[in-house]
Amino acid sequence: MTEYEAVVGLECHVELSTATKMFCGCRNEFGGEPNTRTCPVCLGHPGTLPVPNREAVERTMKIALALDGEVAPRSLFHRKNYFYPDMPKNYQISQYDLPIATGGHLDIDVDGETRRIAMNRVHLEEDTGKTIHASTTGRIAEAEYALEDYNRAGVPLVEVVSEPEMRSPEEARAYLQELRALLEALGVSDVRMEEGSLRCDANVSVRPAGASELGTKVEIKNMNSIRSVERAVRFEVDRQREALGRGEPLVQETRHWDEDRGVTSSLRSKEEAFDYRYFPEPDLPPMEPDEEWISKLRAELPELPAARRRRFVESLDVTPEQARILTSAPVWADLFEETVEAAGQPGRAVANWFTQTLVPQVPADHAAGKADAIVEVLRLVADGEISSTAGKEVLVEAVGTGRPPSEVVEERGLKQITDLGGVIDDVIAENPGPVEQFREGKEGVVGFLVGQVMKKTGGAANPQEAQRRLRERLSS
Amino acid sequence: MTELCDLPGHELARMYRAGEATAADAVESCLRRIEAVDGRVEAFLRVTADDARERARAIDERFVAAEDLPPAAGIPLALKDVLCTRGVTTTCGSRILESYVPPYDCTPWARLGEAGAVLLGKTNCDEFAMGSSNENSAFGPVHNPWDLETVPGGSSGGSAAAVAAGEAVWALGTDTGGSVRQPAALCGVVGFKPTYGLISRYGLIAFASSLDTVGTFTRGVRDAATLVSAIAGKDRLDATSLLTEPRDLADGLDGGVAGMRIGVVREWLGEGVEPGVKAAVEAAIERLGRLGATFEDAALPHADFALSAYYILAPAECSSNLARYDGVRYGHRAADAVDVIDLNSRTRGEGFGDEVKRRIMLGTYALSAGYYEAYYGQAQKVRTLVIRDFEAAYERFDLLLGPTSPTTAFRIGEKAGDPLAMYLSDIFTIPSNLAGNPSISVPCGLDEKGLPVGLQLLGRHLDEATVLRAAHALEQDLGLTARPPLVEEAA
Repeated sequence: MTEYEAVVGLECHVELSTATKMFCGCRNEFGGEPNTRTCPVCLGHPGTLPVPNREAVERTMKIALALDGEVAPRSLFHRKNYFYPDMPKNYQISQYDLPIATGGHLDIDVDGETRRIAMNRVHLEEDTGKTIHASTTGRIAEAEYALEDYNRAGVPLVEVVSEPEMRSPEEARAYLQELRALLEALGVSDVRMEEGSLRCDANVSVRPAGASELGTKVEIKNMNSIRSVERAVRFEVDRQREALGRGEPLVQETRHWDEDRGVTSSLRSKEEAFDYRYFPEPDLPPMEPDEEWISKLRAELPELPAARRRRFVESLDVTPEQARILTSAPVWADLFEETVEAAGQPGRAVANWFTQTLVPQVPADHAAGKADAIVEVLRLVADGEISSTAGKEVLVEAVGTGRPPSEVVEERGLKQITDLGGVIDDVIAENPGPVEQFREGKEGVVGFLVGQVMKKTGGAANPQEAQRRLRERLSS
Repeated sequence: MTELCDLPGHELARMYRAGEATAADAVESCLRRIEAVDGRVEAFLRVTADDARERARAIDERFVAAEDLPPAAGIPLALKDVLCTRGVTTTCGSRILESYVPPYDCTPWARLGEAGAVLLGKTNCDEFAMGSSNENSAFGPVHNPWDLETVPGGSSGGSAAAVAAGEAVWALGTDTGGSVRQPAALCGVVGFKPTYGLISRYGLIAFASSLDTVGTFTRGVRDAATLVSAIAGKDRLDATSLLTEPRDLADGLDGGVAGMRIGVVREWLGEGVEPGVKAAVEAAIERLGRLGATFEDAALPHADFALSAYYILAPAECSSNLARYDGVRYGHRAADAVDVIDLNSRTRGEGFGDEVKRRIMLGTYALSAGYYEAYYGQAQKVRTLVIRDFEAAYERFDLLLGPTSPTTAFRIGEKAGDPLAMYLSDIFTIPSNLAGNPSISVPCGLDEKGLPVGLQLLGRHLDEATVLRAAHALEQDLGLTARPPLVEEAA
């Protein structure tokens, strides 16, 4: 039987978090009362003209440079023409054959191996508004009317397109995670998939393993999380493999991912695809960045996740997997570095706190700027004032809510009793039998005596410490 | 007797400052003329009389206070109805925008308003500026003041007729393929289309964005220079507007043409040009020669293809620019649509006239997959060749010269059923739109029917000064005094 390999390319749309929209001065922010962040320009009023947002152009160039792409010495905006009521001009200002940048690559880690995914292009366009279909049945086709919210219309949108170089759903996920981390490190976007500031379409095909030609491509839309991209790609690869296994031909089409049912279904075939009638946007002059401008932007690039990961592994003795988790968002990587420095503890030990407790249990935006609290908790544990189990609890609570760690320790009675001298004396005096048995070599009895210490302290003693002290006293 | 409304703007400006007249007087004079003739000319779609009176009074108070006001202060003017005016209905001569009230001012009017000019109202035009006779307006034709049975030209027919009839002292129009110069020629006024990008297009309701240019109608070259100077210059709201040194184009206007090298586009005086047009243009050449200009024949080898290229590029851009009129956000909205596609197509079916629909279809076709290279791509190449023709010609010449239009005003209805014959009206004006260079139409006499002939002077990119200087020299030398019969009767 023929072995089929998956071929996956991803097209990501990234909403830039600039202060204003792409071609007008309206505020660029998620949500808001419908149609309050609009003006004659982004509503496409007769006679209005677009004026490009320099900050958006610069951020797009930075994304391209961070991906090691080539910023074009001359690029053009084009009009993409199609009728849809959420698009005020019934054309989208986008880019076509002369994008801001081409080429580059993104390195991803899967199962401890690094793969280099080549990039196709990075281009800049404007977002559309949102259509809300008023339907009692939940089906768009049965909606009685639709409402338009143009707050999002004209928000700068960057399209980042990979070459079809991913070979598995896991690689697709890793690519998205890496791209998101990179965009976050650049500080160009909120990259929230649930709010739509990062959106992704997948081009999926399969071919006999080792073949060089590409198979019939299917584009999948409507995935709203990294996990759903991975699931959709997996479903689609399996579907295509099975179809070919049965000898059924595949058709080039666009398919819709149904998150609830976990399946894709046909949206439109190649024959039904739109003719967008692209032509150069006559309202906007070409963009011709000079070397000086490009160099300035390159110099402004922060340390990117891949480089940071390498540095964490090489100079802070962190495992590659820990480094990957720590650099998944700049907030964590920054906090980690601050904590290592301030706590004076080994990198790997600090990393354990992050990867096992903080990252999985505390939202990143709650943790931002809380290095002091983290350092304090680590100190409490290191000094034996609280147990490491209690330390995890305090860490999650203090960092998650912003309360001082000491207050959490106090309130929850987590402080360990370190001065066990008196209690140990009492337990020895009150349990002559077991004490005798221990002295006669019955080692197991020590557990009973530790239990008595814990009982007397209401559980606040450190059991290891109690055992150590008991042994010390009984063998002297 | 000469009424204030028949004087040039620079003369009114002098009188305001000398205390010989007030802006209120001039505005009243225009409003009286509108009252007297516009029932027959039908240049205006809307007259904003109350606002104009109020504005004129406010300007007069500033004159009384001896404020140093710009040359445009107190000059009554009209705007073609494709230029957006805040709070004043702006229709583009189309049913689809019949009820559209812009929430903002176009930059040219914003600048003129700031300079104290007084808006009299909005003028009729071919729907979305598509036409050469003003017969494509959804609100009826405009009549040429020289002969009410003839067209004023188009698309800015209302602005040209208003200035010719003394209904306004100045007017703005737009010129995409000749829509200022051709009606200026047919109405016997000065029509000036500056370099593309010199005047902001912000608020000019787009027909073909890469060609659309705001232009002026005045009864003299000096006023054209003053009016363009008042509205020119970089606008941060128009990314295609050019960064230029602010200057008063009226300076140096009297420099004359001695030593100027002028190229005569010989093909433009051949077949299809009316004898009366040819005779008037040749007489003008002789006069300019006596004033010291030298003449040689100039070749624009690709100008023959300019019309064809234009009728690909302009419709292509228009098909996209006019997509926004879909009944969703503003303007006409078809009633009882069953779904959004039905809403779009019925709104557009009801709202657009035949010529607009024809051009939208032409443009949509030209941009379609599989045809793009053969049509749009090819037309862009022709455009480049036309630009090179001009560049080559301007290495030898300071200016090029020819008629503005092959004919004088034709009868209403004469070409309405024949789009191709109509398209030929712009055959001499289209090349400088493709190249984006400045050109002017200046009256150079009357034909045997007593209808005005326009002479076209074409200049180098951003060399408005030379174009205006030569046009002014000819105008002064000709000293034309004939006025439309309608004006003689009203004055």
